Amino acid sequence: MLNASLKELSAALGQKKISSFELARLFLERIRRLNGALNAFITVDEGKSLAQARAADVRIARGAAQPLTGIPIAHKDIFLAKDWLTTCGSKMLSNFVGTYDAHVIERFNGAGAVILGKTNMDEFAMGSSSETSFYGPVKNPWDRNCVPGGSSGGSATAIAARMAPAATGTDTGGSIRQPAALSGLSGLKPTYGLVSRYGMIAFASSLDQGGPMARSAEDLALLLNVMAGFDARDSTSVDRDAEDYARNLEKPLSGLRVGVPKEHFGEGLAPDVAQAVETALKELEKLGAKRVAIGLPNSGLSVPAYYVIAPAEASSNLSRFDGVRYGHRAKEYRDLADMYRRTRAEGFGAEVRRRILIGTYVLSHGYYDAYYLKAQKIRRLIAQDFAEAFERCDLIVGPTAPTVAFKLGAKAADPVQMYLNDIYTIPANLAGLPAMSIPCGFGIGNLPVGLHIVGNYFAEAKMLNAAHQYQKATDWHARQPGGL
Amino acid sequence: MPLSLEEVRAIAELARIGISDAEAASVQIQLNDIFELIGQMQMVNTEGVEPMSHAQGSALRLRDDEVTETDQRELYQSVAPQHEAGLYLVPKVIE
Repeated sequence: MLNASLKELSAALGQKKISSFELARLFLERIRRLNGALNAFITVDEGKSLAQARAADVRIARGAAQPLTGIPIAHKDIFLAKDWLTTCGSKMLSNFVGTYDAHVIERFNGAGAVILGKTNMDEFAMGSSSETSFYGPVKNPWDRNCVPGGSSGGSATAIAARMAPAATGTDTGGSIRQPAALSGLSGLKPTYGLVSRYGMIAFASSLDQGGPMARSAEDLALLLNVMAGFDARDSTSVDRDAEDYARNLEKPLSGLRVGVPKEHFGEGLAPDVAQAVETALKELEKLGAKRVAIGLPNSGLSVPAYYVIAPAEASSNLSRFDGVRYGHRAKEYRDLADMYRRTRAEGFGAEVRRRILIGTYVLSHGYYDAYYLKAQKIRRLIAQDFAEAFERCDLIVGPTAPTVAFKLGAKAADPVQMYLNDIYTIPANLAGLPAMSIPCGFGIGNLPVGLHIVGNYFAEAKMLNAAHQYQKATDWHARQPGGL
Repeated sequence: MPLSLEEVRAIAELARIGISDAEAASVQIQLNDIFELIGQMQMVNTEGVEPMSHAQGSALRLRDDEVTETDQRELYQSVAPQHEAGLYLVPKVIE
């Protein structure tokens, strides 16, 4: 059961081979055994999970099951869930119990899925290693001395170590795809606006997007079917007809035009990653895809533009944490201004403070045009590069991250080195395009390599089709870390 | 143009984040590294380019002007650090 796909789990539940209660207990037991060493979960509440599982069993017995009814799913601790501690990996929210459900949580609850727990993450989703959490770093089950990637590293490790069959994540600059790559998983960042941001603690609102993380593209499709959908409470939620993201999974890839951007294969890409990606491209060609050389000439400017736009929006979003309405408040202070200063100095970790300072500066009087406006113009150029590329190809394929998982602490002291991890993933966030990562081999240290697939707006079904066909022809996604 | 220590302190004050002298010095170095990275933006000419704020255009949806929320003051205040009689408590602002 630990290795079963969501479809298989659903079938087993339907045929009464296992109950939702037993399934939840199986994974909770696994979490109890492994979480001490891996630190993937911040909060586990067996009573709440098992109560939901019992309710799911009743629903299944009634014949009212949906595809995910009774299946336990871990949620990144950035999604508010009513009555669940929701920390966002921060001391600032270390005492914050959700007062309502995020849209994503509502959707999973409505589908009858079981909340398995809240997963660890970089504080306020700011990081690429899951080391900046107030709750300590997450370990990569493939090598416990390595990071799982971030910021959705807890969700990644939970799935990779078979502590959860699937999980949610959020992706502002690569926070679903990079941990998926570094942990040997499949992860999808949908088109901006497809999944509601309601109840998802805001980092950079014009970039943030929730999405699924799992072991296979097929699982991702089933999860996205539940997560996607219009929500009037998110002003950028897209109102469009529901679609079945699994509908194209079995389509052959003959004639599919795969664009390969030369800018993503240059300096900075590790040879082991390059080789695995090259082999994957050949596999796609074997499956009938046609390779097209493309260019994304402005993609090198995506990291600089991102480190203006994301901190600017973060500095605004995080101004709400002032010790008045929720969260941490300093114990001692002289007056109101002192209370703000101390509360925020104590409540935020170093990386979050750094990004708030960058954002505050770039938005301050006299600098707006030189930084924020300039970055928004570059953002347009990057989106235009993609638009031109998609006239010549259906999907864009390359590496997700420049290297395999790095050692814990290796980049923690050098923010710029850490930021460059997301060099291939950030462009899709800036353009608002859907993008995913799937496992495509192993590099140095027998650590997983991720293949990055970017689609045009709302092309999720096409991306999942290509990923599923690749996963039918290969077994990288089915490999699991040893020693567990 | 690198940030001075005074500028770092001024930004921290704008952001309402307390910062010690030792911390300001190390933050200064890190911020200047980051601004060197950000400075690469100046390499490209963006004259006449329309700024892009996000992927879904700029028209915000409007809704009817009617009450949609129920009063949940007690619930929402239950997570506040200090509250009394339905009010959030903060240090005295006006003497």
